[in-house]
Amino acid sequence: MQFFVDNFDLLKDAFLQTLSLSLLAGLLALVLGTLLAAMRVSPIAPLRWLATFYVETFRNTPLTVVFFFMIFGLPQIDFVIDFFTGAVLSVGLYTAAFVCEALRSGINAVAAGQVEAARAVGLTFGQTLREIVLPQAFRTVVPPLGNVWIAMVKNTSIAAGFSVTELSAVLPRLVNADAGDLTLVLVGVVAGYLIITLPSAFAVHRLERRVAILR
Amino acid sequence: MRIATRYAATLAAAAIALTACSSDAGDQAEDAAENTAEVNTDAEFEAGTTMAELNEAGSITIGTKFDQPGFGLLNPNTNTPEGFDVEIGKLIAAELGIEADDIEWTETVSANRESFIQNGNVNLVVATYTINDTRKQLVDFAGPYYEAGQDIMVAEGNPEGIEGPEDLAGKNVCSVEGSTPAENIRTNYPEAQLTLFDVYSKCADALRNGQVDAVTTDNVILTGLVEGGQGAFELVGNPFTEEPYGIGLALGDTEFRNWINDVLEEAFEDGRWADAWDRTAGAITGQEAPEPPSVDRY
Amino acid sequence: MSTTVLFDTPGPRARRRQLIGTVLGALVLLGLLAFVLARLNANGQLEGQRWAILFDTSTGVPQRLGEALLRTLQVAAVGMLFATLFGMLLAVGRLSDHRWVRIPVATVIEFFRAVPLLVLIFALYFVLPSYGIDLSAFAALTTGLVLYNSAVLAEIFRAGILSVDRGQREAGFAIGMRKTQVMTLILLPQAVRRMLPVLVAQLVVLLKDSSLGFIIGYFELLRQARSLVEFYNLGFGNTYTFQLYVGAALIYILVNVLLSWLARVVERRTRRSSKAAAAEDVELPADVQMGGGGGPA
Repeated sequence: MQFFVDNFDLLKDAFLQTLSLSLLAGLLALVLGTLLAAMRVSPIAPLRWLATFYVETFRNTPLTVVFFFMIFGLPQIDFVIDFFTGAVLSVGLYTAAFVCEALRSGINAVAAGQVEAARAVGLTFGQTLREIVLPQAFRTVVPPLGNVWIAMVKNTSIAAGFSVTELSAVLPRLVNADAGDLTLVLVGVVAGYLIITLPSAFAVHRLERRVAILR
Repeated sequence: MRIATRYAATLAAAAIALTACSSDAGDQAEDAAENTAEVNTDAEFEAGTTMAELNEAGSITIGTKFDQPGFGLLNPNTNTPEGFDVEIGKLIAAELGIEADDIEWTETVSANRESFIQNGNVNLVVATYTINDTRKQLVDFAGPYYEAGQDIMVAEGNPEGIEGPEDLAGKNVCSVEGSTPAENIRTNYPEAQLTLFDVYSKCADALRNGQVDAVTTDNVILTGLVEGGQGAFELVGNPFTEEPYGIGLALGDTEFRNWINDVLEEAFEDGRWADAWDRTAGAITGQEAPEPPSVDRY
Repeated sequence: MSTTVLFDTPGPRARRRQLIGTVLGALVLLGLLAFVLARLNANGQLEGQRWAILFDTSTGVPQRLGEALLRTLQVAAVGMLFATLFGMLLAVGRLSDHRWVRIPVATVIEFFRAVPLLVLIFALYFVLPSYGIDLSAFAALTTGLVLYNSAVLAEIFRAGILSVDRGQREAGFAIGMRKTQVMTLILLPQAVRRMLPVLVAQLVVLLKDSSLGFIIGYFELLRQARSLVEFYNLGFGNTYTFQLYVGAALIYILVNVLLSWLARVVERRTRRSSKAAAAEDVELPADVQMGGGGGPA
């Protein structure tokens, strides 16, 4: 127990790293993912291609590879970023592809009649998307988006392999501790993730019930 | 699947565009250090000893580093490591009557060397492995076969003006998880900002990219990295610790330890040790073989 | 893209506007591409000789990358096999009529879904040895993948089993089958068949996750690429660094794109060949596709 207390500060800092990494990456993913989703349904073909290409590439690339490129690859073409920024970009860019997919299925789920009505009253594509489709899409996608967020929080653990001292990185650092102590640290690490994911899951559940549209 | 075709086409086009190359890279890979350790075919050992067992089996598993130029670096062409540590391993195996081809090389990183020995994953660890009291409680050490010292590597021209460990305060310093140098910085120079990776090559990359200001570990490891950096790095050249490299083996196997110490002393005497140095670390750094250390039969 | 209701079939003016948009968009794309290429070219990264290392057998690069790919596939295959088996068991367990089976199984599933995969692998690789259980990097990686993926697959199978028409089950009981028989002879075969595309899609996720081996030093594609870089840095500085990294990453992406494509083919096949497979949602949820610990907490 003494060991756990001694290393509590390390765990606390690591937790804060995970939290800030998650929030920043989540914000980036949400903004970029929404943009991508709009591009994927847009009437302008190159935008659709670009978004499709983006999503397909990131969907088929391991997050570790994305990290690898951010941290070790980009500097080869003279873009140097620090490790934390690299982690935020990696997780954010990767997750954006999945936010886009979740949103797109939400957009597809909006009843055709809604869109037709919007067009009938003379709204443009942008207006239709902004005023009619996306607000409804966001509601149907609350649960999938929430799940993407939770999965993303867990995915931030990969930053441990790239010199960001977030929660998971605590384990290899304290590896020489004895069995009981190390297990206690493991419990602490898992608890750290649950502190973020469990309330998120609860909040998503509440939100889902509140905004759900009866069909 | 449209995308699959697109990727495939790009790749194929790239392959075709390339003419057959006579790359210097190929030469480097083929230029593997040849093995000169003469196998002692009529080695005999007292039954029941580890030496007899290994001699009987005709093979041995040795843990070494795969990413340390001059000491243990994986050659992609032969798919075996090469370097000074590897030569020391071959030398011991040869005395056991084991051919170099019958040695199984396993990658050991700083964090897993003790557990690999304790669990019997490896018979020996020759991996720039510093002898110290904490580790002596977990494993036994033969040797030392080399004396290194912790030093600092900085970017070419030393832009931060780092001359010694005191200058690391407030600077970003890179080292490896579970290594003595990292521990040393953490306890004795707590004002330095530590960045930790699992292998030193990542530290070298980080220094090259300006993501850290310095890399610290044993001077010999850094010398290899400086060579690999092709002029991007330089060594501060002010070692501030003593790091005797030993050969790790199972705790309590005193016979085996004493025997390895005998082998080492013989190799110090008859020049095989210096020869191994000249062909590996010495060839890279251009440094002459130093005076061999004296074996510590604790 | 099927018919979209988001915008009208464009009239002449809209068509002109769209044409302008298309051209502008294409120009921006080309500009972006040109910028990247120029940047690479300025660094000399596009020289053929540099890329040749990926195909030159005398350097050992293609052989080593090939072997690394095999090891990666091996991890994914072993992981998938055991994850499928355990996943089925867990799914059946979670649907059990007995509370004492259902509740522990559900706990196990939820636990392994809640913990990030990397933490699971770290626990196997770093914490277990302190209890005297030592796993190799391969074992830690595959075990981690199996634990996590069997939990995810269990939920997929459960959904599959529940989606089989109730009449099937009732008919089974009506002709005197026992519970086990109904499950193994009627429900599971139909569920697995229906879930086949999802299983292939999950294989993509598994393959992606196998790259976590890089972090614990398993010699999969990325670690192998690093090792090659380490070796060639010695003689050539970072002449080949970018090429080797891109090579390894492209192999990953290529294999995954092929697998994704296979998943779609399988999906279309199953949809065509059996009317039972009218399951509308055979695509993996986005969060599961993310790998590394997808799925709700």
